[in-house]
Amino acid sequence: MGGKLLSTVAYLIKHLGLIFKLTLEHIQVAMIAVIISTVIGVAIGILITRVKRLASPVIGIAGIIYTIPSLALFGMMIPFIGIGVKPAVIALILYGQLALIRNTYVGITHIDRAVVEAGKGMGMSSWQFLRMVELPLALPVIMAGVRTAAVMNIGTATIAAYIGAGGLGWLIFRGIASVYTEQIIAGAVPVILLAIGTDYFFVALERFLTPPGLRH
Amino acid sequence: MTRTIIRFNRVSKIFPGGTKAVDNLSFEVYEGECAVFLGPSGCGKTTTIKLLNRLEEPTEGNIYLNGNDTSEIDVIALRRGIGYVIQDVGLFPHMTVAQNISLVPRLTGWSTSLQEARVDELLRLVDLEPSSFRGRYPHQLSGGQRQRVGVARGLAADPPVILMDEPFGALDPITRAQLQDEFLNLRSKIKKTILFVTHDIDEAIKLGDRIAIMREGKIIQFDNPKILIREPADDFVRDFVGKDCGLKLMKLLRLSDIMVPASNRITERSSVMEAKKMMGESKSDVLLVVDDQGVFKGAIWFELLINRDRGSVREFMDRYIPTVGTEGEIRPTLELMLKKGRVWLPVVDEENRLKGIVTMTHFACFFSQEGWEWGESY
Repeated sequence: MGGKLLSTVAYLIKHLGLIFKLTLEHIQVAMIAVIISTVIGVAIGILITRVKRLASPVIGIAGIIYTIPSLALFGMMIPFIGIGVKPAVIALILYGQLALIRNTYVGITHIDRAVVEAGKGMGMSSWQFLRMVELPLALPVIMAGVRTAAVMNIGTATIAAYIGAGGLGWLIFRGIASVYTEQIIAGAVPVILLAIGTDYFFVALERFLTPPGLRH
Repeated sequence: MTRTIIRFNRVSKIFPGGTKAVDNLSFEVYEGECAVFLGPSGCGKTTTIKLLNRLEEPTEGNIYLNGNDTSEIDVIALRRGIGYVIQDVGLFPHMTVAQNISLVPRLTGWSTSLQEARVDELLRLVDLEPSSFRGRYPHQLSGGQRQRVGVARGLAADPPVILMDEPFGALDPITRAQLQDEFLNLRSKIKKTILFVTHDIDEAIKLGDRIAIMREGKIIQFDNPKILIREPADDFVRDFVGKDCGLKLMKLLRLSDIMVPASNRITERSSVMEAKKMMGESKSDVLLVVDDQGVFKGAIWFELLINRDRGSVREFMDRYIPTVGTEGEIRPTLELMLKKGRVWLPVVDEENRLKGIVTMTHFACFFSQEGWEWGESY
Protein backbone atom coordinates (compact mmCIF):
# COMPACT_ATOMS: atom_id res chain seq x y z
CA MET A 1 0.00 0.00 0.00
CA GLY A 2 2.76 2.36 0.98
CA GLY A 3 4.44 1.54 -2.31
CA LYS A 4 1.32 2.53 -4.27
CA LEU A 5 1.12 5.84 -2.43
CA LEU A 6 4.70 6.67 -3.28
CA SER A 7 4.33 5.65 -6.90
CA THR A 8 1.12 7.68 -7.21
CA VAL A 9 2.84 10.76 -5.83
CA ALA A 10 5.65 10.15 -8.24
CA TYR A 11 3.14 9.89 -11.12
CA LEU A 12 1.42 13.10 -10.03
CA ILE A 13 4.67 15.01 -9.92
CA LYS A 14 5.81 13.65 -13.25
CA HIS A 15 2.53 14.45 -15.02
CA LEU A 16 1.61 17.66 -13.20
CA GLY A 17 1.37 19.63 -16.43
CA LEU A 18 -0.96 17.08 -18.01
CA ILE A 19 -3.19 16.86 -14.92
CA PHE A 20 -3.39 20.65 -14.80
CA LYS A 21 -4.34 20.82 -18.48
CA LEU A 22 -6.99 18.11 -18.06
CA THR A 23 -8.38 19.86 -14.96
CA LEU A 24 -8.78 23.09 -16.91
CA GLU A 25 -10.48 21.21 -19.75
CA HIS A 26 -12.78 19.59 -17.24
CA ILE A 27 -13.72 22.89 -15.61
CA GLN A 28 -14.18 24.47 -19.02
CA VAL A 29 -16.63 21.84 -20.28
CA ALA A 30 -18.59 21.81 -17.02
CA MET A 31 -18.78 25.58 -16.62
CA ILE A 32 -19.60 26.48 -20.21
CA ALA A 33 -22.46 24.02 -19.87
CA VAL A 34 -23.54 25.59 -16.54
CA ILE A 35 -23.58 29.09 -17.98
CA ILE A 36 -25.57 28.18 -21.09
CA SER A 37 -27.81 25.89 -19.05
CA THR A 38 -28.56 28.72 -16.62
CA VAL A 39 -29.49 31.15 -19.37
CA ILE A 40 -31.79 28.63 -21.06
CA GLY A 41 -33.17 27.08 -17.87
CA VAL A 42 -33.97 30.42 -16.19
CA ALA A 43 -35.61 31.70 -19.38
CA ILE A 44 -37.77 28.58 -19.68
CA GLY A 45 -38.48 28.71 -15.94
CA ILE A 46 -39.73 32.30 -16.26
CA LEU A 47 -41.74 31.41 -19.34
CA ILE A 48 -43.65 28.65 -17.56
CA THR A 49 -44.53 30.99 -14.67
CA ARG A 50 -46.21 33.19 -17.29
CA VAL A 51 -47.87 30.36 -19.22
CA LYS A 52 -48.79 28.13 -16.31
CA ARG A 53 -50.30 25.33 -18.37
CA LEU A 54 -46.83 24.66 -19.83
CA ALA A 55 -45.28 24.22 -16.39
CA SER A 56 -46.15 20.62 -15.81
CA PRO A 57 -45.26 19.24 -19.29
CA VAL A 58 -42.01 21.25 -19.46
CA ILE A 59 -40.84 20.14 -16.02
CA GLY A 60 -41.93 16.60 -16.93
CA ILE A 61 -39.80 16.55 -20.08
CA ALA A 62 -36.80 17.99 -18.21
CA GLY A 63 -37.32 15.22 -15.67
CA ILE A 64 -37.30 12.52 -18.35
CA ILE A 65 -34.08 13.89 -19.85
CA TYR A 66 -32.56 13.88 -16.39
CA THR A 67 -33.29 10.17 -15.97
CA ILE A 68 -31.48 9.13 -19.19
CA PRO A 69 -28.23 7.39 -18.19
CA SER A 70 -25.36 9.73 -18.99
CA LEU A 71 -23.40 7.20 -21.03
CA ALA A 72 -26.50 6.58 -23.17
CA LEU A 73 -27.06 10.31 -23.71
CA PHE A 74 -23.43 10.87 -24.68
CA GLY A 75 -23.69 7.91 -27.05
CA MET A 76 -26.83 9.37 -28.60
CA MET A 77 -24.90 12.56 -29.37
CA ILE A 78 -22.36 10.82 -31.62
CA PRO A 79 -24.57 10.06 -34.65
CA PHE A 80 -26.02 13.59 -34.61
CA ILE A 81 -23.21 15.85 -33.53
CA GLY A 82 -20.16 13.65 -33.52
CA ILE A 83 -17.54 13.53 -30.83
CA GLY A 84 -15.59 16.11 -28.85
CA VAL A 85 -16.39 19.02 -26.54
CA LYS A 86 -19.52 20.19 -28.39
CA PRO A 87 -21.72 17.09 -27.88
CA ALA A 88 -20.49 16.87 -24.29
CA VAL A 89 -21.52 20.43 -23.52
CA ILE A 90 -24.91 19.93 -25.18
CA ALA A 91 -25.56 16.81 -23.14
CA LEU A 92 -24.59 18.59 -19.92
CA ILE A 93 -26.88 21.52 -20.78
CA LEU A 94 -29.75 19.08 -21.22
CA TYR A 95 -29.00 17.45 -17.86
CA GLY A 96 -28.92 20.77 -16.05
CA GLN A 97 -32.34 21.87 -17.29
CA LEU A 98 -34.37 20.06 -14.65
CA ALA A 99 -32.59 21.74 -11.73
CA LEU A 100 -32.69 25.16 -13.36
CA ILE A 101 -36.18 25.18 -14.78
CA ARG A 102 -37.69 23.71 -11.65
CA ASN A 103 -35.84 25.98 -9.24
CA THR A 104 -36.62 29.11 -11.25
CA TYR A 105 -40.27 28.12 -11.42
CA VAL A 106 -40.51 27.28 -7.74
CA GLY A 107 -38.51 30.35 -6.72
CA ILE A 108 -40.86 32.67 -8.57
CA THR A 109 -44.16 30.95 -7.82
CA HIS A 110 -43.38 30.72 -4.11
CA ILE A 111 -43.00 34.46 -3.61
CA ASP A 112 -45.35 35.68 -0.88
CA ARG A 113 -48.80 36.26 -2.35
CA ALA A 114 -49.06 39.64 -0.61
CA VAL A 115 -45.82 40.81 -2.23
CA VAL A 116 -47.13 39.83 -5.66
CA GLU A 117 -50.44 41.55 -5.06
CA ALA A 118 -48.82 44.70 -3.71
CA GLY A 119 -46.43 44.85 -6.66
CA LYS A 120 -49.19 44.44 -9.21
CA GLY A 121 -51.52 46.78 -7.37
CA MET A 122 -48.86 49.48 -7.29
CA GLY A 123 -48.64 49.46 -11.05
CA MET A 124 -45.42 47.62 -11.87
CA SER A 125 -45.29 46.31 -15.41
CA SER A 126 -44.66 42.62 -15.88
CA TRP A 127 -41.06 43.30 -16.86
CA GLN A 128 -40.45 45.66 -13.93
CA PHE A 129 -41.96 43.16 -11.56
CA LEU A 130 -39.73 40.39 -12.93
CA ARG A 131 -36.57 42.46 -12.75
CA MET A 132 -37.19 44.29 -9.48
CA VAL A 133 -39.12 41.73 -7.45
CA GLU A 134 -39.37 38.22 -8.84
CA LEU A 135 -35.77 37.61 -9.88
CA PRO A 136 -34.17 39.14 -6.76
CA LEU A 137 -36.51 37.19 -4.49
CA ALA A 138 -36.13 33.94 -6.43
CA LEU A 139 -32.37 34.35 -6.73
CA PRO A 140 -31.39 32.17 -3.74
CA VAL A 141 -33.53 29.30 -5.07
CA ILE A 142 -32.26 29.77 -8.64
CA MET A 143 -28.69 29.82 -7.36
CA ALA A 144 -29.30 26.55 -5.54
CA GLY A 145 -30.32 25.12 -8.91
CA VAL A 146 -27.18 26.49 -10.54
CA ARG A 147 -25.12 24.88 -7.81
CA THR A 148 -26.81 21.50 -8.28
CA ALA A 149 -26.22 21.69 -12.03
CA ALA A 150 -22.58 22.72 -11.59
CA VAL A 151 -21.69 19.93 -9.17
CA MET A 152 -23.53 17.42 -11.34
CA ASN A 153 -21.67 18.67 -14.43
CA ILE A 154 -18.28 18.15 -12.81
CA GLY A 155 -19.26 14.54 -12.19
CA THR A 156 -20.91 13.87 -15.53
CA ALA A 157 -18.15 15.62 -17.48
CA THR A 158 -15.86 12.83 -16.29
CA ILE A 159 -17.82 10.39 -18.42
CA ALA A 160 -17.76 12.80 -21.38
CA ALA A 161 -14.14 11.75 -21.87
CA TYR A 162 -15.60 8.69 -23.55
CA ILE A 163 -16.81 10.80 -26.47
CA GLY A 164 -13.58 12.69 -26.74
CA ALA A 165 -14.35 15.74 -24.60
CA GLY A 166 -11.13 15.37 -22.65
CA GLY A 167 -10.95 16.30 -19.00
CA LEU A 168 -9.91 14.26 -16.00
CA GLY A 169 -12.12 11.36 -17.09
CA TRP A 170 -9.58 10.69 -19.80
CA LEU A 171 -6.99 9.72 -17.15
CA ILE A 172 -9.43 7.50 -15.31
CA PHE A 173 -10.59 5.63 -18.41
CA ARG A 174 -7.00 5.23 -19.64
CA GLY A 175 -5.99 3.97 -16.23
CA ILE A 176 -8.85 1.46 -16.08
CA ALA A 177 -8.15 0.20 -19.59
CA SER A 178 -4.46 -0.39 -18.84
CA VAL A 179 -4.95 -1.38 -15.17
CA TYR A 180 -2.71 1.53 -14.21
CA THR A 181 -3.80 2.36 -10.66
CA GLU A 182 -1.62 5.46 -10.29
CA GLN A 183 -3.22 6.97 -13.40
CA ILE A 184 -6.74 6.19 -12.15
CA ILE A 185 -6.04 7.91 -8.84
CA ALA A 186 -4.41 10.86 -10.60
CA GLY A 187 -7.69 11.42 -12.44
CA ALA A 188 -10.13 10.48 -9.66
CA VAL A 189 -8.71 12.52 -6.77
CA PRO A 190 -8.71 15.88 -8.66
CA VAL A 191 -12.28 15.23 -9.86
CA ILE A 192 -13.44 14.59 -6.31
CA LEU A 193 -11.68 17.73 -5.07
CA LEU A 194 -13.08 19.69 -7.99
CA ALA A 195 -16.65 18.59 -7.19
CA ILE A 196 -16.29 19.54 -3.52
CA GLY A 197 -14.62 22.83 -4.43
CA THR A 198 -17.36 23.66 -6.92
CA ASP A 199 -19.99 23.03 -4.28
CA TYR A 200 -18.23 25.36 -1.82
CA PHE A 201 -17.75 28.01 -4.47
CA PHE A 202 -21.43 28.08 -5.39
CA VAL A 203 -22.54 28.10 -1.76
CA ALA A 204 -20.42 31.22 -1.31
CA LEU A 205 -21.73 32.74 -4.53
CA GLU A 206 -25.31 32.03 -3.49
CA ARG A 207 -24.72 33.78 -0.18
CA PHE A 208 -23.03 36.71 -1.89
CA LEU A 209 -25.85 37.17 -4.39
CA THR A 210 -28.67 36.88 -1.85
CA PRO A 211 -30.14 40.38 -1.36
CA PRO A 212 -29.25 41.81 2.08
CA GLY A 213 -32.88 41.96 3.20
CA LEU A 214 -33.19 38.19 2.79
CA ARG A 215 -30.04 37.27 4.72
CA HIS A 216 -31.53 36.51 8.08
CA MET B 1 -70.56 70.53 -3.62
CA THR B 2 -69.70 66.84 -3.33
CA ARG B 3 -68.16 65.65 -6.56
CA THR B 4 -68.43 62.03 -7.62
CA ILE B 5 -64.96 60.58 -8.19
CA ILE B 6 -65.78 56.88 -8.51
CA ARG B 7 -68.88 55.40 -10.05
CA PHE B 8 -69.79 51.73 -10.39
CA ASN B 9 -72.50 51.14 -12.95
CA ARG B 10 -74.23 47.74 -12.80
CA VAL B 11 -70.97 45.93 -12.16
CA SER B 12 -70.86 42.16 -11.75
CA LYS B 13 -67.93 39.85 -11.22
CA ILE B 14 -68.37 36.15 -11.76
CA PHE B 15 -65.32 33.99 -11.05
CA PRO B 16 -64.44 31.09 -13.35
CA GLY B 17 -65.93 28.60 -10.87
CA GLY B 18 -69.28 30.38 -11.21
CA THR B 19 -69.15 32.27 -7.91
CA LYS B 20 -70.87 35.61 -8.20
CA ALA B 21 -68.62 37.75 -6.02
CA VAL B 22 -70.13 41.08 -7.05
CA ASP B 23 -73.72 41.22 -8.17
CA ASN B 24 -75.02 44.08 -10.31
CA LEU B 25 -73.46 46.73 -8.11
CA SER B 26 -74.05 50.45 -8.64
CA PHE B 27 -72.77 53.10 -6.30
CA GLU B 28 -70.83 56.33 -6.17
CA VAL B 29 -68.00 57.51 -4.00
CA TYR B 30 -67.50 61.23 -3.48
CA GLU B 31 -64.24 63.08 -3.62
CA GLY B 32 -62.44 63.26 -0.28
CA GLU B 33 -64.62 60.81 1.61
CA CYS B 34 -63.69 57.58 3.31
CA ALA B 35 -66.12 54.93 2.06
CA VAL B 36 -65.96 51.76 4.12
CA PHE B 37 -67.02 48.42 2.65
CA LEU B 38 -68.19 46.25 5.47
CA GLY B 39 -69.52 42.74 5.56
CA PRO B 40 -68.86 39.13 6.47
CA SER B 41 -66.07 37.28 4.68
CA GLY B 42 -67.03 36.28 1.17
CA CYS B 43 -69.46 39.18 0.74
CA GLY B 44 -67.46 40.62 -2.16
CA LYS B 45 -66.02 43.67 -0.44
CA THR B 46 -62.41 42.96 -1.38
CA THR B 47 -63.37 42.04 -4.93
CA THR B 48 -65.27 45.32 -5.17
CA ILE B 49 -62.23 47.48 -4.46
CA LYS B 50 -59.96 45.29 -6.59
CA LEU B 51 -62.26 45.98 -9.51
CA LEU B 52 -61.28 49.62 -9.27
CA ASN B 53 -57.54 49.08 -9.79
CA ARG B 54 -58.31 46.20 -12.14
CA LEU B 55 -56.66 43.50 -10.11
CA GLU B 56 -60.02 41.99 -11.01
CA GLU B 57 -61.78 42.73 -14.27
CA PRO B 58 -65.56 43.07 -14.17
CA THR B 59 -67.62 40.43 -15.96
CA GLU B 60 -70.29 43.02 -16.64
CA GLY B 61 -70.76 46.73 -16.15
CA ASN B 62 -68.55 49.79 -16.12
CA ILE B 63 -66.46 51.54 -13.54
CA TYR B 64 -65.65 55.22 -13.84
CA LEU B 65 -62.83 57.11 -12.18
CA ASN B 66 -63.14 60.87 -12.58
CA GLY B 67 -65.67 60.19 -15.29
CA ASN B 68 -63.33 57.97 -17.33
CA ASP B 69 -64.13 54.33 -17.94
CA THR B 70 -61.33 52.45 -16.16
CA SER B 71 -61.32 49.72 -18.80
CA GLU B 72 -60.07 52.32 -21.29
CA ILE B 73 -57.25 53.59 -19.08
CA ASP B 74 -53.83 51.91 -19.37
CA VAL B 75 -53.84 49.49 -16.45
CA ILE B 76 -50.31 50.44 -15.27
CA ALA B 77 -51.11 54.16 -15.30
CA LEU B 78 -54.43 53.48 -13.57
CA ARG B 79 -52.77 51.55 -10.75
CA ARG B 80 -50.01 54.11 -10.26
CA GLY B 81 -52.70 56.71 -9.69
CA ILE B 82 -54.39 54.64 -6.98
CA GLY B 83 -52.67 53.92 -3.68
CA TYR B 84 -52.95 50.32 -2.53
CA VAL B 85 -52.57 49.11 1.05
CA ILE B 86 -53.35 45.52 2.01
CA GLN B 87 -53.68 43.52 5.20
CA ASP B 88 -50.51 41.49 4.71
CA VAL B 89 -48.69 44.69 3.72
CA GLY B 90 -46.60 42.92 1.08
CA LEU B 91 -43.46 44.94 1.63
CA PHE B 92 -40.67 43.85 -0.70
CA PRO B 93 -38.36 41.96 1.67
CA HIS B 94 -35.23 42.64 -0.36
CA MET B 95 -35.75 46.40 -0.39
CA THR B 96 -35.15 48.86 2.43
CA VAL B 97 -38.00 50.86 3.90
CA ALA B 98 -36.94 53.82 1.76
CA GLN B 99 -36.81 51.72 -1.41
CA ASN B 100 -40.22 50.25 -0.65
CA ILE B 101 -41.81 53.64 -0.13
CA SER B 102 -40.18 55.30 -3.12
CA LEU B 103 -41.00 52.49 -5.54
CA VAL B 104 -43.82 54.15 -7.47
CA PRO B 105 -42.07 57.56 -7.56
CA ARG B 106 -39.00 55.71 -8.86
CA LEU B 107 -41.02 53.95 -11.55
CA THR B 108 -42.59 57.20 -12.62
CA GLY B 109 -39.20 58.89 -12.91
CA TRP B 110 -38.94 61.22 -9.94
CA SER B 111 -35.46 62.58 -9.32
CA THR B 112 -33.46 60.89 -6.57
CA SER B 113 -33.49 63.96 -4.34
CA LEU B 114 -37.24 64.32 -4.71
CA GLN B 115 -37.69 60.64 -3.86
CA GLU B 116 -35.53 60.97 -0.75
CA ALA B 117 -37.39 64.05 0.44
CA ARG B 118 -40.70 62.25 -0.13
CA VAL B 119 -39.57 59.19 1.84
CA ASP B 120 -38.63 61.31 4.84
CA GLU B 121 -41.82 63.33 4.63
CA LEU B 122 -43.95 60.17 4.54
CA LEU B 123 -42.03 58.44 7.32
CA ARG B 124 -42.64 61.45 9.54
CA LEU B 125 -46.29 61.43 8.52
CA VAL B 126 -46.71 57.84 9.72
CA ASP B 127 -44.73 58.61 12.85
CA LEU B 128 -41.51 56.75 12.07
CA GLU B 129 -38.21 58.58 12.58
CA PRO B 130 -36.66 58.77 9.07
CA SER B 131 -33.00 58.54 10.16
CA SER B 132 -33.63 55.32 12.03
CA PHE B 133 -36.11 53.62 9.67
CA ARG B 134 -35.06 54.63 6.15
CA GLY B 135 -32.37 51.97 5.82
CA ARG B 136 -34.09 49.11 7.61
CA TYR B 137 -35.33 45.98 5.93
CA PRO B 138 -38.90 44.77 6.45
CA HIS B 139 -37.80 41.87 8.67
CA GLN B 140 -36.34 44.42 11.07
CA LEU B 141 -39.75 46.01 11.71
CA SER B 142 -42.62 45.14 14.02
CA GLY B 143 -46.05 44.38 12.58
CA GLY B 144 -47.34 47.85 13.34
CA GLN B 145 -44.27 49.50 11.85
CA ARG B 146 -44.60 47.38 8.72
CA GLN B 147 -48.16 48.53 8.21
CA ARG B 148 -47.12 52.16 8.74
CA VAL B 149 -44.56 51.70 5.98
CA GLY B 150 -47.28 50.04 3.90
CA VAL B 151 -49.49 53.09 4.35
CA ALA B 152 -46.59 55.43 3.53
CA ARG B 153 -45.91 53.41 0.38
CA GLY B 154 -49.55 53.69 -0.64
CA LEU B 155 -49.35 57.47 -0.29
CA ALA B 156 -45.97 57.83 -1.99
CA ALA B 157 -46.94 59.15 -5.39
CA ASP B 158 -49.67 61.30 -3.83
CA PRO B 159 -52.55 59.42 -5.48
CA PRO B 160 -55.98 61.06 -5.11
CA VAL B 161 -57.59 57.67 -4.40
CA ILE B 162 -56.38 55.03 -1.97
CA LEU B 163 -57.63 51.47 -1.58
CA MET B 164 -57.14 49.93 1.83
CA ASP B 165 -57.99 46.27 2.23
CA GLU B 166 -58.25 45.47 5.94
CA PRO B 167 -55.00 47.34 6.56
CA PHE B 168 -55.20 46.98 10.33
CA GLY B 169 -56.80 43.53 10.39
CA ALA B 170 -53.69 41.55 11.25
CA LEU B 171 -52.55 43.78 14.11
CA ASP B 172 -53.07 43.29 17.82
CA PRO B 173 -55.93 45.36 19.30
CA ILE B 174 -53.72 48.01 20.91
CA THR B 175 -51.62 48.62 17.80
CA ARG B 176 -54.78 48.57 15.70
CA ALA B 177 -56.46 51.26 17.81
CA GLN B 178 -53.29 53.34 17.65
CA LEU B 179 -53.07 53.07 13.86
CA GLN B 180 -56.77 53.88 13.53
CA ASP B 181 -56.24 57.06 15.52
CA GLU B 182 -53.28 57.95 13.36
CA PHE B 183 -55.37 57.21 10.28
CA LEU B 184 -57.94 59.78 11.44
CA ASN B 185 -55.19 62.24 12.19
CA LEU B 186 -53.69 61.60 8.76
CA ARG B 187 -57.01 62.18 7.07
CA SER B 188 -57.33 65.59 8.68
CA LYS B 189 -53.95 66.49 7.12
CA ILE B 190 -54.32 65.03 3.64
CA LYS B 191 -57.50 65.01 1.64
CA LYS B 192 -57.80 61.69 -0.12
CA THR B 193 -60.66 59.60 -1.33
CA ILE B 194 -60.36 56.30 0.48
CA LEU B 195 -62.07 52.98 -0.17
CA PHE B 196 -61.60 50.99 2.99
CA VAL B 197 -62.47 47.33 3.44
CA THR B 198 -63.09 45.85 6.86
CA HIS B 199 -65.21 43.24 8.61
CA ASP B 200 -65.04 45.14 11.89
CA ILE B 201 -68.11 47.29 12.52
CA ASP B 202 -66.38 49.40 15.18
CA GLU B 203 -63.54 50.19 12.81
CA ALA B 204 -66.06 51.09 10.11
CA ILE B 205 -67.94 53.47 12.39
CA LYS B 206 -64.74 55.02 13.67
CA LEU B 207 -63.13 55.63 10.29
CA GLY B 208 -65.90 55.82 7.71
CA ASP B 209 -67.72 58.86 6.40
CA ARG B 210 -70.11 56.42 4.78
CA ILE B 211 -70.41 52.68 5.21
CA ALA B 212 -71.53 50.23 2.56
CA ILE B 213 -72.84 47.08 4.19
CA MET B 214 -72.41 44.18 1.79
CA ARG B 215 -73.85 40.71 1.57
CA GLU B 216 -73.54 38.19 -1.24
CA GLY B 217 -72.09 40.70 -3.68
CA LYS B 218 -74.71 43.36 -3.10
CA ILE B 219 -74.70 46.56 -1.09
CA ILE B 220 -77.59 46.36 1.36
CA GLN B 221 -77.18 49.88 2.68
CA PHE B 222 -74.74 52.69 1.95
CA ASP B 223 -75.14 55.50 4.44
CA ASN B 224 -73.32 57.53 6.99
CA PRO B 225 -72.78 55.66 10.26
CA LYS B 226 -75.37 57.61 12.22
CA ILE B 227 -78.14 56.77 9.78
CA LEU B 228 -76.96 53.20 9.57
CA ILE B 229 -77.32 52.83 13.32
CA ARG B 230 -80.60 54.69 13.64
CA GLU B 231 -82.29 53.44 10.50
CA PRO B 232 -80.92 50.06 9.49
CA ALA B 233 -82.37 49.02 6.13
CA ASP B 234 -83.16 45.49 7.24
CA ASP B 235 -82.52 42.86 9.90
CA PHE B 236 -79.19 41.89 8.36
CA VAL B 237 -77.87 45.43 8.79
CA ARG B 238 -79.41 45.66 12.26
CA ASP B 239 -77.73 42.41 13.31
CA PHE B 240 -74.48 43.42 11.73
CA VAL B 241 -74.40 46.82 13.37
CA GLY B 242 -74.88 44.98 16.62
CA LYS B 243 -76.54 45.35 19.94
CA ASP B 244 -74.64 48.18 21.56
CA CYS B 245 -75.49 50.62 18.80
CA GLY B 246 -76.52 53.26 21.35
CA LEU B 247 -73.00 53.40 22.68
CA LYS B 248 -71.59 53.43 19.15
CA LEU B 249 -73.79 56.33 18.25
CA MET B 250 -72.72 58.20 21.36
CA LYS B 251 -69.11 57.91 20.23
CA LEU B 252 -70.03 59.32 16.85
CA LEU B 253 -72.04 62.31 17.96
CA ARG B 254 -70.32 65.63 18.46
CA LEU B 255 -71.58 68.42 20.67
CA SER B 256 -72.43 70.41 17.55
CA ASP B 257 -75.02 67.70 16.79
CA ILE B 258 -76.91 68.15 20.02
CA MET B 259 -76.22 71.66 21.33
CA VAL B 260 -78.93 74.30 21.24
CA PRO B 261 -78.32 77.89 20.19
CA ALA B 262 -77.36 80.25 22.99
CA SER B 263 -80.09 82.81 22.45
CA ASN B 264 -79.76 84.55 25.81
CA ARG B 265 -76.48 86.23 25.03
CA ILE B 266 -75.34 89.75 25.75
CA THR B 267 -72.25 91.74 24.82
CA GLU B 268 -69.81 92.62 27.57
CA ARG B 269 -70.17 96.34 26.83
CA SER B 270 -73.88 96.29 27.66
CA SER B 271 -75.03 98.06 30.81
CA VAL B 272 -76.33 96.33 33.89
CA MET B 273 -79.77 97.79 33.19
CA GLU B 274 -79.86 96.27 29.73
CA ALA B 275 -78.90 92.93 31.20
CA LYS B 276 -81.67 93.08 33.78
CA LYS B 277 -84.15 94.02 31.09
CA MET B 278 -83.10 91.12 28.92
CA MET B 279 -83.36 88.71 31.83
CA GLY B 280 -86.85 89.90 32.48
CA GLU B 281 -87.92 89.53 28.88
CA SER B 282 -86.37 86.12 28.39
CA LYS B 283 -87.40 84.90 31.83
CA SER B 284 -83.87 83.75 32.30
CA ASP B 285 -81.64 84.03 35.36
CA VAL B 286 -78.43 83.79 33.43
CA LEU B 287 -77.01 85.47 30.34
CA LEU B 288 -73.96 84.42 28.35
CA VAL B 289 -71.48 87.23 27.79
CA VAL B 290 -69.64 87.66 24.50
CA ASP B 291 -67.48 90.39 22.97
CA ASP B 292 -68.17 92.12 19.66
CA GLN B 293 -66.69 89.19 17.73
CA GLY B 294 -68.90 86.71 19.53
CA VAL B 295 -66.03 85.33 21.61
CA PHE B 296 -67.26 83.81 24.84
CA LYS B 297 -66.24 85.84 27.90
CA GLY B 298 -68.28 84.52 30.80
CA ALA B 299 -71.77 84.51 32.28
CA ILE B 300 -73.78 86.87 34.37
CA TRP B 301 -76.38 85.84 36.96
CA PHE B 302 -79.38 87.70 38.19
CA GLU B 303 -78.12 87.43 41.80
CA LEU B 304 -74.95 89.29 40.87
CA LEU B 305 -76.99 92.26 39.72
CA ILE B 306 -79.71 92.41 42.38
CA ASN B 307 -78.61 95.63 44.04
CA ARG B 308 -76.86 97.19 41.09
CA ASP B 309 -78.02 99.48 38.36
CA ARG B 310 -74.81 101.16 37.19
CA GLY B 311 -71.78 99.93 35.28
CA SER B 312 -71.34 97.37 32.50
CA VAL B 313 -71.83 93.68 32.35
CA ARG B 314 -68.06 93.20 32.08
CA GLU B 315 -67.55 94.38 35.66
CA PHE B 316 -69.84 91.87 37.28
CA MET B 317 -69.72 88.79 35.10
CA ASP B 318 -68.38 85.41 36.20
CA ARG B 319 -65.29 84.83 34.08
CA TYR B 320 -64.57 81.31 35.23
CA ILE B 321 -66.95 79.19 33.22
CA PRO B 322 -65.52 76.00 31.69
CA THR B 323 -66.25 75.63 27.98
CA VAL B 324 -66.39 72.70 25.57
CA GLY B 325 -65.61 72.57 21.85
CA THR B 326 -68.11 71.91 19.08
CA GLU B 327 -66.18 68.77 18.13
CA GLY B 328 -66.24 67.51 21.71
CA GLU B 329 -67.68 64.07 22.43
CA ILE B 330 -70.59 63.36 24.68
CA ARG B 331 -69.00 61.16 27.29
CA PRO B 332 -66.15 63.49 28.36
CA THR B 333 -68.59 66.41 28.37
CA LEU B 334 -70.88 64.59 30.77
CA GLU B 335 -67.88 63.77 32.91
CA LEU B 336 -66.83 67.40 32.97
CA MET B 337 -70.32 68.49 33.99
CA LEU B 338 -70.40 66.02 36.85
CA LYS B 339 -66.90 66.89 38.01
CA LYS B 340 -67.45 70.66 37.94
CA GLY B 341 -71.02 70.43 39.18
CA ARG B 342 -72.45 72.23 36.15
CA VAL B 343 -75.83 71.50 34.63
CA TRP B 344 -74.96 73.40 31.46
CA LEU B 345 -71.83 74.30 29.52
CA PRO B 346 -71.20 76.80 26.73
CA VAL B 347 -70.03 75.29 23.42
CA VAL B 348 -67.37 77.28 21.55
CA ASP B 349 -65.56 76.89 18.24
CA GLU B 350 -61.78 76.92 17.72
CA GLU B 351 -61.70 80.74 17.99
CA ASN B 352 -63.61 80.54 21.27
CA ARG B 353 -66.74 82.02 19.67
CA LEU B 354 -69.93 81.02 21.41
CA LYS B 355 -71.84 78.52 19.30
CA GLY B 356 -74.44 77.17 21.67
CA ILE B 357 -74.95 75.44 24.96
CA VAL B 358 -75.45 71.89 26.14
CA THR B 359 -77.35 70.98 29.26
CA MET B 360 -78.02 67.79 31.16
CA THR B 361 -81.65 68.14 30.18
CA HIS B 362 -80.70 68.45 26.52
CA PHE B 363 -78.73 65.23 26.66
CA ALA B 364 -81.65 63.41 28.20
CA CYS B 365 -84.18 64.87 25.75
CA PHE B 366 -81.93 64.27 22.78
CA PHE B 367 -81.45 60.62 23.56
CA SER B 368 -85.13 59.95 24.15
CA GLN B 369 -86.20 61.91 21.05
CA GLU B 370 -83.73 60.08 18.88
CA GLY B 371 -85.85 57.01 19.13
CA TRP B 372 -83.39 54.54 20.48
CA GLU B 373 -83.84 53.55 24.05
CA TRP B 374 -81.00 52.49 26.28
CA GLY B 375 -83.19 49.80 27.80
CA GLU B 376 -84.21 48.35 24.48
CA SER B 377 -80.83 47.03 23.45
CA TYR B 378 -80.09 45.21 26.65
